[in-house]
Amino acid sequence: MSWLKTPEGRLAVIAVAVFVLMAALNPDRFLSPQNLTSMAFQFPEFAILALAVAVAMLTGGIDLSVVGTANLAAVIAATIMATFAGDGAGIGIVVAASAVALVVGLVAGLFNGVLVATFGLPPILATLGTGLIYTGFALVITGGPAVLGLPPAAAWIGNSTILGIPTPLIVFALLAAGIGWLMMRTAFGLKTRMFGANPLAARYAAMDTGRVLLKVYALCGTLSAIAGLIVMSRANSAKADYGSSYLLLAVLIAVLGGVNPYGGYGRIIGVVLAVLSMQFLSSGLNLMGVTNFAREMIWGALLIAVMLINTLASRRTS
Amino acid sequence: MSTSTAPLVTLQGVTKRYAAITALDQVDLTIRAGEAVCLAGENGSGKSTLIKVLVGVEQPSEGRVLFDGVAQARITPTAATQAGVQVIFQDFSLFPNLSVWENIAMTAERATGTRLVHRARARARAREVLDRVGVALDLNARVETLPVAHKQLVAICRALASDARLIIMDEPTTALTEREVARLLDLIRRLKADGVAVLFVSHKLAEVLEVCEHVVVLRNGAKVAEGDASEFDAASLTRAMTGRDVAETPPAPLDAAAAPLLSVDHLGKNGVFNDVSFTLHVGEVLGVAGLLGSGRTSLAKALFGLAKPDQGRVMLDGVDVPLGDPIAASGRGIGYVPEDRLTEGLFLEQSIARNIAVGRFDDHASGGILNLRALWAEAADWLGRLSVKAPDPQAPVRSLSGGNQQRVVLARWMARQPRVLILNGPSVGVDVGSKAEIHGIIADLAARGLGVIVISDDLPELLGTCHRILVMKAGVITDEVEGGAGVSEEDLSHRLAS
Amino acid sequence: MKSINWTRNEVLVFGVILAFCALAAASDPNFLSIPTLTDLMRNSIVLGIFAVGAMVVLVSGGIDVSFTAVAAFAMYATTVLLRDVAPDMGWPVAFVVATAIGATLGAFNGIFIALFGLPTLIVTLGTLSLFRGALLTFIGTAQISNLPSGMRDFSRWMMLRGTDADGNFYSLHWAFAFLVVIVILTWFILNRTMLGRAIYAIGGAPESARRIGINVKRTQMFIYVYVGALAGLAGIMHASLARISNPQDLVGLELSVIAAVVLGGARLTGGVGTLTGTLLGVALIVLVRNSLIVVGVPSVWQSVVIGALILLGTGLPAYQALRAQRRAA
Repeated sequence: MSWLKTPEGRLAVIAVAVFVLMAALNPDRFLSPQNLTSMAFQFPEFAILALAVAVAMLTGGIDLSVVGTANLAAVIAATIMATFAGDGAGIGIVVAASAVALVVGLVAGLFNGVLVATFGLPPILATLGTGLIYTGFALVITGGPAVLGLPPAAAWIGNSTILGIPTPLIVFALLAAGIGWLMMRTAFGLKTRMFGANPLAARYAAMDTGRVLLKVYALCGTLSAIAGLIVMSRANSAKADYGSSYLLLAVLIAVLGGVNPYGGYGRIIGVVLAVLSMQFLSSGLNLMGVTNFAREMIWGALLIAVMLINTLASRRTS
Repeated sequence: MSTSTAPLVTLQGVTKRYAAITALDQVDLTIRAGEAVCLAGENGSGKSTLIKVLVGVEQPSEGRVLFDGVAQARITPTAATQAGVQVIFQDFSLFPNLSVWENIAMTAERATGTRLVHRARARARAREVLDRVGVALDLNARVETLPVAHKQLVAICRALASDARLIIMDEPTTALTEREVARLLDLIRRLKADGVAVLFVSHKLAEVLEVCEHVVVLRNGAKVAEGDASEFDAASLTRAMTGRDVAETPPAPLDAAAAPLLSVDHLGKNGVFNDVSFTLHVGEVLGVAGLLGSGRTSLAKALFGLAKPDQGRVMLDGVDVPLGDPIAASGRGIGYVPEDRLTEGLFLEQSIARNIAVGRFDDHASGGILNLRALWAEAADWLGRLSVKAPDPQAPVRSLSGGNQQRVVLARWMARQPRVLILNGPSVGVDVGSKAEIHGIIADLAARGLGVIVISDDLPELLGTCHRILVMKAGVITDEVEGGAGVSEEDLSHRLAS
Repeated sequence: MKSINWTRNEVLVFGVILAFCALAAASDPNFLSIPTLTDLMRNSIVLGIFAVGAMVVLVSGGIDVSFTAVAAFAMYATTVLLRDVAPDMGWPVAFVVATAIGATLGAFNGIFIALFGLPTLIVTLGTLSLFRGALLTFIGTAQISNLPSGMRDFSRWMMLRGTDADGNFYSLHWAFAFLVVIVILTWFILNRTMLGRAIYAIGGAPESARRIGINVKRTQMFIYVYVGALAGLAGIMHASLARISNPQDLVGLELSVIAAVVLGGARLTGGVGTLTGTLLGVALIVLVRNSLIVVGVPSVWQSVVIGALILLGTGLPAYQALRAQRRAA
């Protein structure tokens, strides 16, 4: 039972326990197809942001600009769509605008990477600053109100299902599997984790640390843009301040998932388990008539509790 | 009450056990006022446990500790401080963000029980101690801006400000140049004349022998040798610490026809080093002897691209190596084993295998995708070849001894099949036994046709491993001598310091 | 005489403030006036108290993102308590209650940070959600615009009021005096007490602090209680000044406050930070938030400008340090 001693093992137990508990507390409703589907539509957007934050944390950094990037990408895409969409479904313009959004995310992420890698800014401050800047640009573009009037095809990614599985869930699953594979099986992934463990030693080992950081933050930016597109699609609009509570939620999930905020340790499976636990909990509580606010409270308590358990457990082993 | 004749500190049959491990075994030790004692032992011999017992951080499992002849029922840190026992740790334990005066006076001020900062009193106290020690330091300077030797002075002053009667110095000379060591010894003599006792704790003690009255050697927690300092020299200390003779065998002579490999041409970096030219041959071990601050580490970093020189060029096989780019340098076959293994060399929490493989990710990847099996097999192979004593390659590298950790860093570079390997302080913090084995590895590397540059201030090490030794002073190569028996340690030391 | 170090954040920020004011004065002659100054001072009160607390935490080597939730909790809980239990109570009681609530919540942070040694960012991130969620779940979500009389009395308590030569009305609230007192008190603690020096010491080198016998846990406990108390006070003051107690208010400000403190030169790694710098950072943030339009930049650009200032303010010293490090290598 050695897997139980890892943070991920404990999280798996927690996820299952929460699932069983919520199913027991809400017989009929929690396991109903409607509830399962609605859960699967809800969490991917912030779960993808959590993946982005987790990747940045692996290097010992953090990306506080994920929500700003997501909104900027979505606002630009939505503006393009609203401006150029004709009367049809607008598949062409949606694809084009989404591609632009991904490029926006990539560039925003690269800019973070340049600040961190080339100019040596602490990631927390660099991304705090760029987060404000990206949000600010979104605000400048929209002037404040939401961008409306998206073509019908824009609703696809956030609201459709493929073989009965919600598309956002598929997107998340592919991204999580892809990043998990990237981190475990590629030179880039191992370098990322080694850099996070000791940046100085990485430089002395002739690692191309600047490129690693650039790629990491570019990846974070692109992931954020994808999350932004899903949010836009589900809301059928884009706004500079959508999902502002998602930033802390994403950080919370990454840490809950066992990613060491000081770098060097973290597994994508942990992030996925943390996301699932959070979603089971909040959905079950929702069915019991618990408000959003109570959920927020429980999330906070959960974060501290898991951190406490991890710390006490690692203290016992060492 | 204390009597004037009672020793300052006495240990009687002190034993300390942690579960199954006996860290200290029936150790007796006496330190008198005004006396300097040398406590020698390799890493893991029980030195640090002994310090912890003396300052009350750990309680002995058996035996007694007496301060001023009075047996202590239980030594607390407070009791130790009141008895005047102060430790100067290897890292000095200073506050880099605070001023010199505050660092010196803070402990003493805290001891008065004051809740408020008495700035004038604290500054006067700091000034007074600095005067007593006879050094001029800016009271307001932030400690992080001071050179290492001055930080050590601040730490000594802090101990004195707290009315230290016994100063325990943990590895006091590791970070100092020879000149600074000489100054430190002067200071110790003055302190002794003042009645302050000093306990040197180190595995590199030959240089402090001259100010010591008494030597105690620990091995595996037990006292294995003891006597007047005059009875010991570097060789007998080493023998006592390791339990065997470690004789340096001079390197096999270099083939006179050895081809040039790396040539450094008028390399210079403003304000750091200047006009450095030399040629390293295939199979040659070239030493660079220099004191801390001589530019030796900067030169090494410049050769490896970690720092960008302002003038000159470096050529490998007659082709220029791009300057200031470690990735290009390593791509051309230059490797660098840094001096500070724990912060610059290793990923402490990561596995041993990953620490070796870190330089090989790109070589075992196609299209970015790693061939993990080949990667780990190679790492395991190198563990075996360098006979690293590691039970499990997946264990964190932190769990290895200093010597084995150094071999992991060496393995990382050797796996990359370098042409030139630069070793900065290859045996710093390594126990005496492993040191000899690392020297064996160096000889082996040279025999396989690598060019090796060894940078060190450990002169016997240089003399024992290098074919040629360049002497570096104030950023300039001032001298070149033959290694092996070509020159004596005294001669080299003289050339280095004059 | 010490020469001025131009790379110090205090100097940089002061320069930017001067430049901003010069630009503003050039485009609007009325900018350099008493009403502008009193506006700036008034808007600095709550942000300033928050920033002083955030700086103390940064100096100790930690980071606190929960103080806005602490403030909102203390503010709203106190308002409800006064409204439902003691409607006629004077404002000093309300202030004491809010401060005590803040201190209690701060102690909650302190328990996990000091006693269990959890990372400060994680703990305060958790308690940010926890405190806010608990407030909105158990105490209420509706804003209270009909404040208890004590708080209303406070809101009318002006230090000075008048009309300048151009006929513009100005006033300065006594709440500003609270900020001044808090700054002086915190200065005294940080620079004139052994406790304050211990805060700098544990921020600079925690292990060394432990070795010279500083009780790191007790010091950390004090810090988080003190910061909680400051947040509680700032919260109740915020409601009194705004004449409304909105439980959803304040949260979201935490990163701007930390930005102000960092602009002022406090290091995220601990051990370094001054009150002068912190106040200058706050002044700059408030100036940008209120007066951007005066220098001809539309206010939608506000967060872009603040973001750019953070990048410049932290980027210049960071880049210089990086270059110095590469040079010295």
